[in-house]
Amino acid sequence: MSVLEPVVELVRGLGQTFRYLFDRPVTYQYPEQKREVRPRFRGRHVLKRYDNGLEKCIGCSLCAAACPADAIFVEASENTDEKRFSPGERYASTYEINMLRCIYCGFCEDACPTEAIVLGDNYELSFTDRRSAIYPKEMLLEPVPTVDMTTPRKVETGVYKRSVPEMKDPTD
Amino acid sequence: MDWTFWLEWVLKGFVLCLVLLTGFAYLTYYERRALARMQNRIGPNRAGPQGLLQPIADAVKLFFKEELTPARAYKIVFFLAPIVTVVPSLIIAAVIPWGTSFQLFGRTITLYVADINVGVLYLMSIASIAVYGIVLAGWSSNNKYAMLGGMRSSAQMISYELALGLSFVTAILLANSMRMIDIVNAQSSWWFVVIQPVGALIFWIATLAEVNRAPFDMPEAEQELTAGYHAEYSGMKFALFFMAEYQKMIVICAILATLFFGGYLGPFVDKFWFLGPVYMFAKVFILLFFMIWVRATWPRIRYDRLMSFGWKVLVPLALAVVFITATGILLAQELNNQLYFWAIPFVSIVAAGIAVMMIYRELRRKAYERA
Repeated sequence: MSVLEPVVELVRGLGQTFRYLFDRPVTYQYPEQKREVRPRFRGRHVLKRYDNGLEKCIGCSLCAAACPADAIFVEASENTDEKRFSPGERYASTYEINMLRCIYCGFCEDACPTEAIVLGDNYELSFTDRRSAIYPKEMLLEPVPTVDMTTPRKVETGVYKRSVPEMKDPTD
Repeated sequence: MDWTFWLEWVLKGFVLCLVLLTGFAYLTYYERRALARMQNRIGPNRAGPQGLLQPIADAVKLFFKEELTPARAYKIVFFLAPIVTVVPSLIIAAVIPWGTSFQLFGRTITLYVADINVGVLYLMSIASIAVYGIVLAGWSSNNKYAMLGGMRSSAQMISYELALGLSFVTAILLANSMRMIDIVNAQSSWWFVVIQPVGALIFWIATLAEVNRAPFDMPEAEQELTAGYHAEYSGMKFALFFMAEYQKMIVICAILATLFFGGYLGPFVDKFWFLGPVYMFAKVFILLFFMIWVRATWPRIRYDRLMSFGWKVLVPLALAVVFITATGILLAQELNNQLYFWAIPFVSIVAAGIAVMMIYRELRRKAYERA
């Protein structure tokens, strides 16, 4: 009956909200219960290592150049076989990201020739002052799997000459 | 008039105030939880078990907030307006019976503060005083949004008071008395909502407008008027407005329960006096759920439509319902035929149907003209 349409529609609206009353809430109880991030989520940066524990970062500063927010500061130093951080000639002796400036665009990820810097899945970034917003290399670097893989370390001479690894065809 | 009489009075008033104040606090919690569930959220659940201490946390926050007074506000009125709003919402509950009576120390203690023979008139008069606080708050704030909110609320509350009063009249006619106790006792066989469903519905709609609840929350329409009449209030003064609003919700639901839903009546209430308050609480709880439910569902009505709905639909319908009720009772008495009495609900529903039809036609006409 179309005459009763105003009333019917109002009651239908009430029915809708009443049904939702028994629906499961979509809320995540955040600090206790965390939602898994999406596969391509861009969170806090992580400086990756090779399987043998050497740092992937070679201190080339391409990430700093690509960064639109000028958030990254890299200073490179020379590797020696006595004190080796990464394969090849150089490593990043200073690597700082200002998390207040970073816009999480992922350009650094794209610019990196060794896939050293990756935007991870950590989004819990909070600081109490500006100074602690600058994350140094120690905070960004991936922890080593075993103690003997720490950097710097003494390696055999002439093994790690190539700074950029031989890459397969990118599949991902 | 010995001293125990006064003591009983003071104690009952004290208990009533306490019940209303804690009721207000937990009504906010109830509303937030229910609204949240309807919006697929959980609602406050952090402070205390299941968030039950949330109202206390809110109160503490409001106590410590800074209180601002606008530079060119009318200071005295600005200070008095919250008080003028809160006091009626508390004292209106005095005549509502919430149970029968019980024996204590050889005295019969009745479960209401005052039993006056014009209880319903008292309700009406106190309910209209609440408009003053809102208008004065809006005016004294020296803020155009507050002013607009105050003006809107005065227009709205006065308009809907007519329909509210007329729906009171249907209950008075059916009970043949203005005393709240008599009205409750008259419902011992049938609740008035069965005999006069349309009257109860009009009461409900007018009530929503009276306490400025959605979908009639024009005076505090956030999107248009920031916060309406209490835009300039902060801290405890704001809390008083908030308190008044929620206490009015509780009280008006209690009035609705008393007038149309049998008040404290229920099974075995004659044998156990303590069941009266329990039934009253249950009824108020359910009616409050309806208020929250409506808020979660319906959008705010436009201001001109609010006015035309109040004056062109609700008041004539309420008048018609009063007429139908009176005629039905009179015919049943004169012709001694209960059939006429039981014609009241059906004829009233037909009248309401005609009103709905008129709204429908009006809406259709507008849509046609716009096209």
